[in-house]
Amino acid sequence: MSVIPNTHVPISVQSSTSAFLGQPNKLSTAFRARNVWIPAKKSGICKCVATPSVEKTAYTTKVARNTNIGKLQAGYLFPEIARRKAAHLLKYPDAQVISLGIGDTTEPIPEVITSAMAKKAYALSTLEGYSGYGAEQGEKPLRAAICSAYYADLGIEQGDVFVSDGAKCDISRLQVVFGSNVTIAVQDPSYPAYVDSSVIMGQTGQYQKDVEKFSNIEYMRCTPENGFFPDLSTVSRTDIIFFCSPNNPTGAAASREQLTQLVQFAKKNGSIIVYDSAYAMYMSDDYPKSIFEIPGAKEVAIETASFSKYAGFTGVRLGWTVVPKELLFSDGFPVAKDFNRIVCTCFNGASNISQAGGLACLSLEGLEAMQEVIGFYKENTNIIMETFDSLGFKVYGGKNAPYVWVHFPGQSSWDVFSEILEKTHVVTTPGSGFGPGGEGFVRVSAFGHRDNVVEACRRFKQLYK
Amino acid sequence: MASSTQCQINVLSSERSVEKFNRITLRQTDKVYVLDHKKVGNRCCLNTTKDKLYESIYHFSNAELLEISEHHRTKVARNVNLERLQKNYLFPEISARELEHLEKYPNAKIISLGIGDTTQPIPDIVAHTMSDFARDLSTRKGYRGYGAEQGNKELRKAVADTFYGDVTVKDTEVFISDGSQCDISRLQLLLGSEVSIAVQDPNFPAYMDSSVIIGQSGEFQDNMSKYKNVEYMTCRPENNFFPDLSTASRTDIIFFCSPNNPTGHAATYKQLQQLVEFAKKNGSIIVYDSAYAAYITDESPRSIYEIPGAKEVAIEISSFSKIAGFTGVRLGWTVVPEELLYSNGFPVIHDFNRIVCTCFNGASSIAQAGGLACLSPDGLKAIYSVVDYYKENANVLLNTFASMGLKAYGGVNAPYVWVHFPGSRSWDVFAEILEKANIITVPGSGFGPGGEEYIRVTAFGHRESILEASARLKRLYC
Repeated sequence: MSVIPNTHVPISVQSSTSAFLGQPNKLSTAFRARNVWIPAKKSGICKCVATPSVEKTAYTTKVARNTNIGKLQAGYLFPEIARRKAAHLLKYPDAQVISLGIGDTTEPIPEVITSAMAKKAYALSTLEGYSGYGAEQGEKPLRAAICSAYYADLGIEQGDVFVSDGAKCDISRLQVVFGSNVTIAVQDPSYPAYVDSSVIMGQTGQYQKDVEKFSNIEYMRCTPENGFFPDLSTVSRTDIIFFCSPNNPTGAAASREQLTQLVQFAKKNGSIIVYDSAYAMYMSDDYPKSIFEIPGAKEVAIETASFSKYAGFTGVRLGWTVVPKELLFSDGFPVAKDFNRIVCTCFNGASNISQAGGLACLSLEGLEAMQEVIGFYKENTNIIMETFDSLGFKVYGGKNAPYVWVHFPGQSSWDVFSEILEKTHVVTTPGSGFGPGGEGFVRVSAFGHRDNVVEACRRFKQLYK
Repeated sequence: MASSTQCQINVLSSERSVEKFNRITLRQTDKVYVLDHKKVGNRCCLNTTKDKLYESIYHFSNAELLEISEHHRTKVARNVNLERLQKNYLFPEISARELEHLEKYPNAKIISLGIGDTTQPIPDIVAHTMSDFARDLSTRKGYRGYGAEQGNKELRKAVADTFYGDVTVKDTEVFISDGSQCDISRLQLLLGSEVSIAVQDPNFPAYMDSSVIIGQSGEFQDNMSKYKNVEYMTCRPENNFFPDLSTASRTDIIFFCSPNNPTGHAATYKQLQQLVEFAKKNGSIIVYDSAYAAYITDESPRSIYEIPGAKEVAIEISSFSKIAGFTGVRLGWTVVPEELLYSNGFPVIHDFNRIVCTCFNGASSIAQAGGLACLSPDGLKAIYSVVDYYKENANVLLNTFASMGLKAYGGVNAPYVWVHFPGSRSWDVFAEILEKANIITVPGSGFGPGGEEYIRVTAFGHRESILEASARLKRLYC
């Protein structure tokens, strides 16, 4: 993961959770543009009010800052991890830093896939092979291939599949479809893009520092005690429910019974589930890989997925979202029609080269090749799990996802993150970055070269023996 | 036949290409019915009884009534902003018309001068670079995972040096993207629903549509064909395609495209000076779309930042689509100067960076490798020779319309020719040209009420097609 070039990286980094959240905004100190005075964020209050103590000599427009973005507490989680890593490297320039933080794939893409992309790129230089704009929803053969590879016999049709440049972008486009007047529920902990995009869209209230939550979001606690599945009897109704399984960060995969409950809950409440299945192929248990395996799900759920973690496409950028025809707004209008409008207006299709790669991924040879890569990362996961297990830690996840969720009871996760980084030069991700329910946990991702993963584990053993 | 209950049918999903959805959703006052339909001759007939729906007749291909069943509706209200949108987005609508025409005349040799889609192959040096990069992703050494969301550092620097070398835009102010259409929406997410906007009239529909979607506009007013709460800056031959700013109201944001899509007009230095002064006086932010700057043949500015003071008032967006044939490859960029500040002094670039990191995950690494190749000395030479090819096409079209006695604008600094058909309705002219000459164009009113009476003809196409289209047009109108 490359370092964001325009940040000023402080040498000493605060590590406790609340202090981190109350940090003066680091990025703002980077803009030493002439006479501009940038107000620092006061601890706990994310309001940027210009109260200059020096005369403001720089011109400002009269355009008010979007208050929604002002509600966000800090940078997006993963650039923050990258900053910490960069700071660490400044401190220890010779350290052999191993990255088990950001879930970035490391293994080369199988040749059957890259040769298809190479061929497509080459063909673009020929008259016969050149293609310009593609359908915004994606190339028909790819949509059909996704449908038959992952949704055969589930009643999903090619037209329900929208190819994209990745799940993260799809999440924001879905938010644009829903608008600012919907309420959302998220798992706690959860992948930060759901909450952050919700704040940006204006669906939430202010951040409440004492509980580390945004008001107006329903946080569905997922802990070892409830098997990482929320007690739906205590969950309030919201319009949208974000649900990720296998879960990032906990690695928990929901069972058929649990998903049936979820679908029934959504049906009863007239809610829409946004089901993130990006890690489905990492499943070892015989749990549902798609929400549409649950009867009735087509009337309540959207599913988003990605080639990122299957084919190493984190840089290539390709994913998809399924919006069933049966999914209707309260007035009967099909959600797919609005999603299509957003896709046609706010997007212009995934790169045709990436799509050629996607098609190759879904050939027989490609599917097999992806399984091998997935298998490799799963073996990494096993090694990491065994390591922490052997050290006496309570370890979760790992079986159905490339993430290991390690419990550090009574400790601040940013403190643990910092200690691990400082003493073993291994980057992980602090659980509280995924929500207050992540406090006391650290996420260790299993993406990495085998030798790095083995070495990291050796260092863990040294630190915690 | 229908018995007791007659009821109103509001067709909610009347897609032109019904094959896509294969069913109709009909609303009867308070009940919703979803119908799977297949062909019954050429018509879809719905016979109803008391519990079902009144008979209606639609023309669909492959449509026949299969069954009617009631479906679950969620309790999630539809986004009112999307309800506000009029019609489909313009270009899928054009595609749909083309498909319809082909169905009617399966042997027609349609020439597409409608959607501005590039047609010439990408130069070898660029395509081969992307090909090699893709292949290298199979190697340990060449594999790349997540890139910086703001874009590859080298590419950002190359964009800054190539296009903004003289106006000192920093590489850290350049954000690489998967294209302008996406950037426009990300900028809207950034700006939020509370800002007021001004657009040129006519203009590229994405500014207006994205604005409606994010909630910046009011209702659409049918009588004026305009959205409430939006400032439309008319651009016509009479005012030299530059709005009279003395009569323009203040808005927070001003979308300005130059060279202009669809009129083809490139604003002069003086005009842009006025615009920057106007923005500065009003504390507005200009979103300047320079996607066609490479098509400029005269001294018109290629970047808003050529105007002093622009860095404090303007964001600039641009794209590799029309300069490198990257319409399918997907690559563009946005410049947000550090000097651009919100009213409270907060740098816009900081928030844009946050949007980019949260709502986006970078342009494809392969596309970026291609972009870098484009900006090498040999790459630039190669892509600009393709641009020259399209410019020559534009020239041919300009001459064609001139010889037909029609007033044609643009075409000199942009790959679009803006042809005036006085007293006409542009959709009628569009339909006539399609029906009689098998040529797809774009009706001017698709770009706003200021486009009525005009047709946009793009200069993208193989030379033979351009020449053939010219011949057909001459036959049609002479």
